[in-house]
Amino acid sequence: MTTTLVYDGTFEGLLTAVFEVYEHRLEYVKLVKGECRNTALFDSSMEILTDEPRYSRVLKGLQKKLSASGMQRLYVAHLSGIDDADPAVLGYIRYVFDAPLNIEEDYGNRYVMRVSEIVKMMRREKHRMEAFIRFQKLQDGLFYSVIEPDFNVLPMLIRHFKNRYADQKWMIYDLKRKYGIYYDLHQVEYMEMDFSDGQGAANVVSSFNEDEDAYQHLWKNYFKSVNIASRKNTKLHIRHIPKRYWKHLTEKI
Amino acid sequence: MNLERITEKLNILADAAKYDVSCASSGSKRKNENKGLGNASNGICHSYTEDGRCVSLLKILLTNHCIFDCAYCVSRKSNDIKRAAFTVQEVVDLTINFYRRNYIEGLFLSSGIFKDADTTMERLVQVAKKLRTEHKFNGYIHLKSIPGASDELMREAGLYADRLSVNLEMPTEEGLKLLAPDKDRKDMIQPMGFLRNEIIQRAEEKKLFKKAPMFAPAGQSTQVIVGATAIEDDRAILYSANHFYQAFKLKRVYYSGYVPVLADNRLPALNTAVPMVRENRLYQADWLMRFYGFRVNEIVNNDQPHLDLDIDPKLSWALRNMQVFPVDINKADLQLILRVPGIGMLSAQKIVSARKFNKLNWDHIKKLGVAVNRARYFITCNSNAYERRDLTGTRIKQFILAESQSKYLKNKPDQLSLF
Repeated sequence: MTTTLVYDGTFEGLLTAVFEVYEHRLEYVKLVKGECRNTALFDSSMEILTDEPRYSRVLKGLQKKLSASGMQRLYVAHLSGIDDADPAVLGYIRYVFDAPLNIEEDYGNRYVMRVSEIVKMMRREKHRMEAFIRFQKLQDGLFYSVIEPDFNVLPMLIRHFKNRYADQKWMIYDLKRKYGIYYDLHQVEYMEMDFSDGQGAANVVSSFNEDEDAYQHLWKNYFKSVNIASRKNTKLHIRHIPKRYWKHLTEKI
Repeated sequence: MNLERITEKLNILADAAKYDVSCASSGSKRKNENKGLGNASNGICHSYTEDGRCVSLLKILLTNHCIFDCAYCVSRKSNDIKRAAFTVQEVVDLTINFYRRNYIEGLFLSSGIFKDADTTMERLVQVAKKLRTEHKFNGYIHLKSIPGASDELMREAGLYADRLSVNLEMPTEEGLKLLAPDKDRKDMIQPMGFLRNEIIQRAEEKKLFKKAPMFAPAGQSTQVIVGATAIEDDRAILYSANHFYQAFKLKRVYYSGYVPVLADNRLPALNTAVPMVRENRLYQADWLMRFYGFRVNEIVNNDQPHLDLDIDPKLSWALRNMQVFPVDINKADLQLILRVPGIGMLSAQKIVSARKFNKLNWDHIKKLGVAVNRARYFITCNSNAYERRDLTGTRIKQFILAESQSKYLKNKPDQLSLF
């Protein structure tokens, strides 16, 4: 019989669910995010209340059997928000606990393979954002950028941008997920903004710093000048910069 | 800032620098420890031109005034073009402002030789020095080593730059004599040798004293032009590249398909197509030498002076060496698995990891990212299904070509039509 586990969608909630799977010796489980709702007659469902002692125990157990990077990969896969990510992470964790040795590299296992695929997608998106983010300098000196990544990669971007732009204030706002990260020269904070004035988060032209237009103009010119027309290869161009990213790229607008 | 003037300069000097194909911004490990601006580590391609090349660095010439007259170069003395020159401060401002907006990983600065080698080199070093010391800039800096510049200047350049490069331009000495009679290959090799020794020595020092300054942490690279003369076949090019990798510890050799920009009877005519496929094959061969454990004479030799254009060099090698195959994916060494067409570096490593747990079958292999349509002629795995026919190399090539929708297929020259 399949048991439906209803959890809050957080990583901690997911780990608590793992705890319950072992506590109640559940065999077949299905994960559902959100509120508890009994629907199927012959299906039993269970509400998972995220619980610190429980998920900590799972976390500790995992730490014993996985490398640090293996742990991190599970978190990254969860962060993706892809439909089958959490079930894959659950399957992966059960496999970890059931196997006598470290199974991180067992790519023949479907959960290990799927987590590896999702992590790869996440890393690619993260890398794309590190490349495609374009800051615009505003009047108050803030370097501001708007993005619409395929997955929720903002938390993975913090370290890179904090290390690189340590001497300037910057903000990166995820238009799709409606939150941003802001660096104030000391630390990075998550933030939500209210754009009810109708202007929207993407339109900041009116608050540009005096040099901003000039440098955007120069960058666009540079981009045109480095092209070699006799080598034109549109297919390759689009493979590298898929069209969905163009609207936030200064040189492609 | 006089925007109009700067824009014009930028257009001229970026246009003149774009035939230098080096784009890497990786291999350094400069950290942002002084709470300054930027860092340099793995390299990021921030954009791509419409010809599909990566834009990672602000790649410009300091000036396109040049006292030399090299046939293959747009900036040659006798060419009637607009000339321009940046001031040191202008380059610094552009770099910093582009970098702060996350347009670039850093600066690639080259120059025409405007008075003599030392004056030119000194100016390049000034830019790097200003960025590093006055602006606490830790982003990537790639400087050209100007052939004939003094050791003192080269040493200073190494202290500020992440990478240095001298372009050999012509793969062979004869080629250089033909197209750039004013240039001497010895002048190019001299700074390369000096820097090699210096890099090795400084790396030793750094092991002993952690505080010792970094010296060109991303090493040296060079570039050769492909297809500008007929005397240089792929064998000459790859043997030359191999020599420079080994003797000068270069990090990269770039191959630049000659873009006809000038009418000169020593060069291909102006309407000649850029040899893009050949260039691509050379890069593939280069990768085989550097990462896949192939020796240069396995890829090109006296019987095989040219790389195949219709198939990649690894497949080409496999078809010439059918006695090596089939390889058992569950038993063979990593080195051998790497030689199978259709298996790349990552999938080879995954195979070696995954087979410790389970014997792998076709399904596994496919999921691991192997191009099974090519690899299946060369491997066996935990399955009864495998290629049983005793196929010749030529047959396999036909099968693979028929199946693949190669982007190059339309360029294939000798397609016979039946009717």
